[in-house]
Amino acid sequence: MRPFTKHTGLAAPLDLANVDTDMIIPKQFLKSIKRTGFGKNLFDELRYEDEGQPDQSCERRPLRHDFVLNQPRYAGASVLLARQNFGCGSSREHAPWALDDYGIRSIIAPSFADIFYNNCFKNGLLPIVLDAEEVDQLFAEVDAKEGAQIDVDLENQTVTSPSGAKFEFVVDQFRKHCLLNGLDDIGLTLQQEESIRRYEEKRMNDAPWLFLSREQ
Amino acid sequence: MAGKTLYDKLWDSHLVQQRDDGSALIYIDLQLLHEVTSPQAFEGLRLAGRKPWRTSASLATPDHNVPTTKHERISGVDGIEDPVSKIQVTTLDENCNEFGITEFNMKDIRQGIVHVVGPEQGATLPGMTVVCGDSHTSTHGAFGALAHGIGTSEVEHVLATQCLVQKKSRNMLVRVDGELSPWVSAKDVVLAIIGAIGTAGGTGYAIEFGGTGIQSLSMEGRMTVCNMAIEAGARVGLIAVDDTTIEYVKNRPYAPKGEHWDMAVAAWQDLVSDKDAQFDEVVVIKSEDIKPQVTWGTSPEMVIAIDEAIPRPEDQIDPVKKEGYARAWKYMGLEGKTTLADVTLDRVFIGSCTNSRIEDLRIAAEVVKGRKVASSLKQAIVVPGSGLVKAQAEKEGLHEIFEAAGLEWREPGCSMCLAMNADKLGNGEHCASTSNRNFEGRQGFGGRTHLVSPAMAAAAAIAGHFVDVSEFVKH
Ligand code: SF4
Repeated sequence: MRPFTKHTGLAAPLDLANVDTDMIIPKQFLKSIKRTGFGKNLFDELRYEDEGQPDQSCERRPLRHDFVLNQPRYAGASVLLARQNFGCGSSREHAPWALDDYGIRSIIAPSFADIFYNNCFKNGLLPIVLDAEEVDQLFAEVDAKEGAQIDVDLENQTVTSPSGAKFEFVVDQFRKHCLLNGLDDIGLTLQQEESIRRYEEKRMNDAPWLFLSREQ
Repeated sequence: MAGKTLYDKLWDSHLVQQRDDGSALIYIDLQLLHEVTSPQAFEGLRLAGRKPWRTSASLATPDHNVPTTKHERISGVDGIEDPVSKIQVTTLDENCNEFGITEFNMKDIRQGIVHVVGPEQGATLPGMTVVCGDSHTSTHGAFGALAHGIGTSEVEHVLATQCLVQKKSRNMLVRVDGELSPWVSAKDVVLAIIGAIGTAGGTGYAIEFGGTGIQSLSMEGRMTVCNMAIEAGARVGLIAVDDTTIEYVKNRPYAPKGEHWDMAVAAWQDLVSDKDAQFDEVVVIKSEDIKPQVTWGTSPEMVIAIDEAIPRPEDQIDPVKKEGYARAWKYMGLEGKTTLADVTLDRVFIGSCTNSRIEDLRIAAEVVKGRKVASSLKQAIVVPGSGLVKAQAEKEGLHEIFEAAGLEWREPGCSMCLAMNADKLGNGEHCASTSNRNFEGRQGFGGRTHLVSPAMAAAAAIAGHFVDVSEFVKH
């Protein structure tokens, strides 16, 4: 997994509450058996006038010009400003994959849906929760100045606004450690192999019916 | 010391390792796999040269995009017309073969929606931890199991380690007190709960559903309630084990037998919250207040009783709500309408992991029996949750009742719940659906979903618009 330490990038303001995973990546794109290539269909329904199809080139599709990522000033954005409950809906990991593939590295919002929040960390994206007023301020600053950049520092747990205001954020220490070092979860867990075996032995004793073969 | 909640007990009995930062490694007893969220997980295993930790802890079946028409189904995988769906289903078959995982493939009568199949086979048992790469895994909590949806990299993690990294949630009790009115079902109960607490009301919580209104439900009804816990923001929904649970599990193919059964039943007696357990939050709802529910907007919390007026954006005080309502009104095309009876329906869908079990089909059949689907409707389909549900329904002659009334009788799968196969809504079409999500585009681009119970969907199919089923059946 790619590590996340610090990132400074162009911020795009997505001024919409309760953005769900169907909006982030509509279900017709879930059929892929790969993990990459979802970026061109990120926010597909908000971004294009027509209904997108998998394996279709998006170059000629009619754009919805009022959508934030279609505005030239936000081209190449890598920090997404969002509103409350971002990422609600299904557990699809295609949502962070699509954001990542598009080039988004960090998302800042007053709140996130649980599963989406988790899934970000597992895919090298950093979701940041700030107070609603702080998010408001970021929205205002980004809107006011074309090309406004936001600086995200995971090590020090700070977000710096275009005008230089610093906001601190909270992050789970374990997740932070993994993200900083690009550590894969499975490898970490397998370091605990003995504990898992010990648990299994005890459990097999207490509840043997849970360990019967399912081949019937 | 205060007693433990059911959630506390399940958590403690699966704790492998507690970490200092509050996260923990918990052991997973059962992982259900389907074709959409598993390919990349298997791909990950292969890339890293890893093997599943314990193959007997997994069970797979394709469901999300299997076709549900007879002519496509007759030749199994080869019959799938959509090339992408075909690749996913084939990939699941190949992965299960390669890694030695039991799969009910498209030709197996036990195939169906994962959340219908697990309980039906007795693969889901009380006291287990159950995960699946699908957010409606909370369904299995109806058995007093700790069950939640996970993402694809967690699917891979569980395959490789049989464990999941989790943070413990807080405890919420939603108590439904008193007897439900006739024709008010589990679906109405859970929609009313979501209407009361909102789609984020359960975020960060494990919700235990209790009270006499829940205890009186069948297992099918309890699964419907837990299924939608996620729509209230909670990854976990739970119901305590009682005789109804044990009766349901008994003699299922994968349920323990003989001596193991007796041991298990003895252990399951403890799968209730202690009398002195402390909940962080308690919500009480009176059964008598619950009427048949219909969603009007694009979030499950945008729900009203059938006799209520559709709430207007301009009457909302909270600006976020006002804006959300305005957007939903526009998307749903509600301008000029006062109640949901004013909405002309285009399609009706009876199915999904929320409401495709035998009891759901029986009640829908009872409503449509001897009646005819409204001529204004483009389509009404009934999609059983599994091959075995389908077989049972046919044994009872339910398919004949549906077909005589003008509803299509389909093959098992997720179908129009998420429109990954050919079953979907056209742009702007209104659908009465027994599924669990009414997000924009969920059932097809521009499609307008109204979530209801099977009885309400059946009555709507006949009337061509929403009606109060309890009144409807009197005529
Ligand atoms: S029926 Fe719908 S909600 Fe249930 S598993 Fe299938 S797609 Fe998901």
